[in-house]
Amino acid sequence: MTVFCLVELESGAVADASLRALTLARGLGPVAAVAFAPPADLPVAELAAYGVSDVYAVAADGYAPRAWAWAIANLVPGWPDAFPEGPAGRRPAVLAAGTDRGNEVLAHLGAIIGLPMAANCVAAAPAPGGGLELVRQRWAGLLLEDAVLDAPVALLTAATDAVAAVPADAPGPVMVHAVKSELSPADLMMRAEEAPAAAGGASLATARVVVGGGRGVGSADGFAPLEELASLLGGVVGVSRVVTSEGWRPHTQQVGQTGTKITPDLYLACGISGAIQHIAGCAGAKHIVAINTDASAPMMARADYAVIGDLHQVLPALIEALRAR
Amino acid sequence: MEILVCVKRVPTVGGAITLTADGQAVDTRMSGFTISPHEECAVEEAVRLVERHGGSVTVVTLGPVAAEEQLRFCLSLGASTAVLVETDGSELSPFVTAAALASVASAGGHDLVLLGNEASDTGDYQVGIRMSYFLSQPVVTGIKALDFAAETSMLTARREYRGVSETFRLPLPAVVTVKEGINLPRYPSLPGRLRAKRAVIERIPVLSTIDRPELLTSPEFRVKGLRVPAAGKRSAVVLGSGVAAVPELVRVLGELGVLP
Ligand SMILES: Cc1cc2nc3c(=O)[nH]c(=O)nc-3n(C[C@H](O)[C@H](O)[C@H](O)COP(=O)(O)OP(=O)(O)OC[C@H]3O[C@@H](n4cnc5c(N)ncnc54)[C@H](O)[C@@H]3O)c2cc1C
Repeated sequence: MTVFCLVELESGAVADASLRALTLARGLGPVAAVAFAPPADLPVAELAAYGVSDVYAVAADGYAPRAWAWAIANLVPGWPDAFPEGPAGRRPAVLAAGTDRGNEVLAHLGAIIGLPMAANCVAAAPAPGGGLELVRQRWAGLLLEDAVLDAPVALLTAATDAVAAVPADAPGPVMVHAVKSELSPADLMMRAEEAPAAAGGASLATARVVVGGGRGVGSADGFAPLEELASLLGGVVGVSRVVTSEGWRPHTQQVGQTGTKITPDLYLACGISGAIQHIAGCAGAKHIVAINTDASAPMMARADYAVIGDLHQVLPALIEALRAR
Repeated sequence: MEILVCVKRVPTVGGAITLTADGQAVDTRMSGFTISPHEECAVEEAVRLVERHGGSVTVVTLGPVAAEEQLRFCLSLGASTAVLVETDGSELSPFVTAAALASVASAGGHDLVLLGNEASDTGDYQVGIRMSYFLSQPVVTGIKALDFAAETSMLTARREYRGVSETFRLPLPAVVTVKEGINLPRYPSLPGRLRAKRAVIERIPVLSTIDRPELLTSPEFRVKGLRVPAAGKRSAVVLGSGVAAVPELVRVLGELGVLP
């Protein structure tokens, strides 16, 4: 039975978090992607590479979570009359990335069709006794929950930092279906007016390089070398909660359980101790390099490489060395 | 403006999370309990809205009697009344939680329901949204800035997503979930704490808030157990101390492929 997967697009490509969701979806059955964009804007080759066989291109005027959920509900076989019956793993499923949008749209969908929604799954497979065996993140990934979801339609999101994005072995052809959607007044009430954010630039969640600063940075002014290094490496600055509660940096830059989850190739953590709530946000980094005066800081046990020292000395020297190259 | 804020009692998590022997829950013998930072911000936001526009803040939780501790904390921050929807402390589904909280909200006729974006323990990301469907009210989530215009009775709610600022405008009554960063919550004042200590907390049995008791257990979603993920423990290769380590650091950054 078809596995529908909400796909988010970013600069014309499939967002990294959605590639991860497509990978998880593929393990459950043939995948139909649902994208809220005109057919001409779809990265069809990329979708094919991830094993998608059908794409529903829903006409949408901006992000409207309730309207998006209704559009997906209308694609679910049988709904609202009667869900198709079927053995384990043969029932339809709807997946999305465990992003703010993915979790929001699937929660709306769960409320609309009256079924449970499992957020931030790291694994999903047909259960021997029926339904799906799931592994879900709790405490932002500090704990895992083993669960069984046995509903007529499985609704789940894929954790953005724990499922790897892997292209399909044998990509096939893709059929594109254009879908119209109508916005009700209630949907319109929940439609986002979009504008470039004040900070602008690359986003923390998707940056390839994040230069992190914690209490060790010492002040708002102390961030100048971190900013400089980030721009040299084509990355962005991320911070610990101490930094945002001191008011040195805006909360939009916070990495962690109550901030943003990051998945860069490199996280350069400067003056950050590595509290578990911070780790919850950076555990998805491919490589971590720590700069800390304390060789026994917990961050050291999470890092691949470490420099023991004062970031106020190491960073300017590093910037100088990079400029000299 | 009458505001209802929904909060949840969760374990305080320090250096590491440990589980009970049966792997069904977080071991709280050595830790205390708290509410999530998102919810603390929700209480603060409610108190600020009422300070500006009048009205009152009610705080509600679904949980065991011990959760009165968290309600009193919210009272000390400026909420004026508190309601405990009493359970035996076992975990209830997001559906039941939303149904119970929505029944309190509709009985109270609140203009605005505020929640945290997600509970810090179960991280289900849906209670606020499900509540809005029970209440037939609009909902927006993950909000980082909230304004109310009394003249038009409209809320303006903002958040950021991937470098884009999203603005929602909605009429009251509405449900809004907020994230840490929307404000810096105040600390409890001394008079606040004294008032909170004396306050009488209304108790409602959970069964009186939902019409079908069989809903308390969900046959469609069953938790088997919890586990601590295999730690991504790496033991860091120390590149050296201070500025002397910089050449090695540059070499490693080159190896990792992040140098321009
Ligand atoms: C429910 C909850 C949610 C939370 N959510 C988050 C979250 O989302 N994100 C988050 O980050 N935190 C979060 N926290 C807070 C977290 O527990 C820590 O308090 C916080 O991460 C610590 O920040 P820090 O590492 O900057 O500061 P500290 O723990 O004080 O560490 C500072 C580090 O800097 C080093 N240092 C000092 N000076 C220098 C120098 N000159 N050069 C190099 N190194 C130096 C020190 O050795 C130390 O290791 C949360 C806490 C709770 C209870």
